[in-house]
Amino acid sequence: MSTDDRKPRRIPAISRRSFIKGAGAVAAAAGLVRVPAAAADQKVLPAGVTESLGPAAESIELKINGQVTRLTIEPRVTLLRALREHLGLTGTKLVCDRGACGACTVHLDCKPVVSCMMLAMDARGHDVTTIEGLGTPAKMHPVQAAFVEADALQCGFCTPGLVMSVAAVLERNPAATIDEIKHATAGNTCRCGTYTHVFKAALSAAKSWTSKTAPTSRTRGDA
Amino acid sequence: MSRRVTLKLGVEGHAGAEGVTRDVTVVIPDDEPTPWQLGDRLSIVGRETPRVDGPLKATGAAHYTYDIELPGMLYGAILRSPRPHARVRDIDLSAAKRLAGVRAALEIDDREIRFAGQEVAAVAAISTDIASDALKLVKVDYETMPFVADIDAAMTDSSPRVFGTGSNIGRVGTSSVGNVPRGLEQAASTIEATYTTQVQTHVSLETHGAVASFDSATGELTVWCSTQGIFAVRDDLAVYFNLPPDKVRVVCEFLGGGFGSKFGATPEMIIAARLAKEAGVPVKVMLPRGDEHRATGNRPSSVQAVKLGVDSAGKLTAIDLVQHGTGGIGGGAGSAGPFKSIYRCENIRTEERNVYINAGPSSAMRAPGWPQGCFALELAMDEMARNAGIDRLEFRRRNSDNPVRAIEYEIGARAFGWSEKSAAKKSSGALKRGVGVASAEWHAVGVSGPEAQVIANRDGTAEVRVGTQDIGTGTRTALAIIAAEELGLPIDRVKSEIGDTRFLFSVPSGGSLSVPSNTPAVRHAASRLKDKLFRIAAPMLGAEPNDLEAAAATIRVRANPSRAIAFADVCKRIPGDSISAQGERSPNYDGFRTDQAGCQFAEVEVDTETGIVRVVRVVAVHDAGRIIDPLTARSQVNGGVMMGIGFALFEDRRIDPALGIMVNPTMDDYKMLGSLDVPKIDVTFVEVANGVTNTGVMGLGEVAHVASAAAIACAVSDAIGVPMRSLPITPDLVLAALGHA
Repeated sequence: MSTDDRKPRRIPAISRRSFIKGAGAVAAAAGLVRVPAAAADQKVLPAGVTESLGPAAESIELKINGQVTRLTIEPRVTLLRALREHLGLTGTKLVCDRGACGACTVHLDCKPVVSCMMLAMDARGHDVTTIEGLGTPAKMHPVQAAFVEADALQCGFCTPGLVMSVAAVLERNPAATIDEIKHATAGNTCRCGTYTHVFKAALSAAKSWTSKTAPTSRTRGDA
Repeated sequence: MSRRVTLKLGVEGHAGAEGVTRDVTVVIPDDEPTPWQLGDRLSIVGRETPRVDGPLKATGAAHYTYDIELPGMLYGAILRSPRPHARVRDIDLSAAKRLAGVRAALEIDDREIRFAGQEVAAVAAISTDIASDALKLVKVDYETMPFVADIDAAMTDSSPRVFGTGSNIGRVGTSSVGNVPRGLEQAASTIEATYTTQVQTHVSLETHGAVASFDSATGELTVWCSTQGIFAVRDDLAVYFNLPPDKVRVVCEFLGGGFGSKFGATPEMIIAARLAKEAGVPVKVMLPRGDEHRATGNRPSSVQAVKLGVDSAGKLTAIDLVQHGTGGIGGGAGSAGPFKSIYRCENIRTEERNVYINAGPSSAMRAPGWPQGCFALELAMDEMARNAGIDRLEFRRRNSDNPVRAIEYEIGARAFGWSEKSAAKKSSGALKRGVGVASAEWHAVGVSGPEAQVIANRDGTAEVRVGTQDIGTGTRTALAIIAAEELGLPIDRVKSEIGDTRFLFSVPSGGSLSVPSNTPAVRHAASRLKDKLFRIAAPMLGAEPNDLEAAAATIRVRANPSRAIAFADVCKRIPGDSISAQGERSPNYDGFRTDQAGCQFAEVEVDTETGIVRVVRVVAVHDAGRIIDPLTARSQVNGGVMMGIGFALFEDRRIDPALGIMVNPTMDDYKMLGSLDVPKIDVTFVEVANGVTNTGVMGLGEVAHVASAAAIACAVSDAIGVPMRSLPITPDLVLAALGHA
């Protein structure tokens, strides 16, 4: 059984985001909806919709790497772009823009999610951990250190996403097997072809994984 | 002022294979370090060294072009033609310009559209969303023209023309040695078959793009861009904007992949700079994924008609290739390279033709022409061997005269278990195993041109500065290793700085040139710096500078290593902050060999009920001169193999011939290898002391990719007993070959 509960690589041609951006008034998918400003003022919301946001920028709070941050963004902004363009957290990368490559993987309450497929608004009330929250060059997370040691990176553009996927699977199961690691990284594309060294790094990090070596700075969900 | 040195060069024996060594006298400039040779004991070179910028990359702290954010920066977006062939009559930017938040808009100069995805107009706005909203407001009046997006149709007389009234078939490239018809006549056995390969796109994870900034006070243009050649971009931009080259600065600290697609100033760089000039503030343009697939390059397709002849001794008597391929509106579709040089044959003829269609332009891609040529040649070699009743590896041995490859065949065959595996009886079940072997070749000996600066600081650290860039090879690490070796320092005391045209000139990172071209300049500079440090240390040690050496983080008397001073203590005597020396890359010497061989063995499992191919194992044996860091070198070979698996089994840029548009410009519809498709890969290096430069290092990125798809295709053909002459080998093709379709 796969230890990775992310969606498989292939996704429907219309992403949730483009659905919302394009269709406008279709509400059910997201629980939030773009309604004309006048309608929003009157608080006339379609059935099942509990909140009206946008299209203008809204002020929201996000909990990123343990810090609560307030930012003002349009509801159409993805979590990825909020991180990169509004919060300066550029370690998380946009590559495919449709959840197919895993380069934008962050942890939402300790679970890996592709942040290009999630609206920033939907991250409210959750703990978001990015690659920057995992470790720094001076104080690397065990998975990051294992990646460097095993040379599990070449151009390095996919690396933050792969590190996040590996860290998530080891967090759930420090005794993960190579098969589980392969499945956990099946949603991450590395064009340089570094996978074998990624597996090696993950297994070596797994070996050294104890509650003592797990970072304390890491944001953990309540669950 | 030069001197002659006699070097012991070649390759030492390996298990089961004799070495090939010889003394070679080379003439080298006076102050050049003597090239490393067989028997030299080096301290850091050759040891596994994790890449020096690994921590930055693993923590997301490495800043790529895509991560550059400047104060007041705008976001640019490019409007592209949805039509494959058209003339732009008129572009109306007024509505786009009126949109709140839009600060600049421009039309592209070229009014003839030749592929769906060609740039038409561009805007810059305060956010990426507003920029893409603005594109929807640009009105373009197209005069539609007839197009052709199919290679066969493009070759007919009645086809629409891609370029004016000229033929869609480019000039024929030919080569000929000996007499192929006679060679075929004399053959005891011949084969004749046609092999085809698909168009592959690069899919660099960081798309093409740039951040451009004009400084109105100094008139300087600064461009941060994702490029394989910062100096080439600088020169192109200087010409385009009519600026002296010293008024253009190009920076690329980190590069998210290129694979050949990122040379020179590409349209998006020029667009970013034009928008920045118009808006008066910096502009960032990064391409969306679909545009990256459609417009930034590809590996051309190929249709290769091959004839081989073999005599009764199993020696090739003729190699004949007539091929064509299409790189859309670009050229470079030739694939003759492997046919001309991997195997020895007295009669070789090749003919190459470019065919133009209305599709995105080709660009160089990892060993341009060679993976497709190697696939056709090696599958033909297998068919010939079977025809002649010779073991496939033995057939290759008999027809290769490269002593390095001979060693590699032996090492690979043992590691892989070729004799047992190739002779094994096929399973009677649905899962069939098969094996294949293919030979590689490349010539990554590097070129002169680069210069390097090496600096010793008062705090005892050293720095290397070269105007090169890191495509993922580990360039910083390679340069630091060389400087550390020469200065006798541990690697963590050496910092590498690259990726800025303010540093000394270097060549583009392509053709596997970076490491072989840059490392000799670094060693030269470090050696000169060492001489300066020796002059400081000599009075401290009461010795002559010529009697000193740098080792173990000390400077010491060569004849009496206990008379030593810490390197850091010598640095404390530096009069200013630092001292530095410059080095240059000498032209290549006449050393041992300037080519590199290599071979790969593959084992696959084919499910004959579903047609799905699984690559089980690959054994890759390669040489690249002196291997300075086996760890990062292995990464490159692994990557070459994996990209080869993608080429063999998955990747295929599809164009709808009726619409002229790419139908799979995403990373889910354009299939690539993922973690579940990765086989066990064993990499062995055969070290060759080539004496061609002072480091003798060769590039590895391309040679590691040449043979992979070929070996896999040979293995699949072996598994099912039918030659699979077309890539990618998708399940439907396997089932069709088995007669199940």
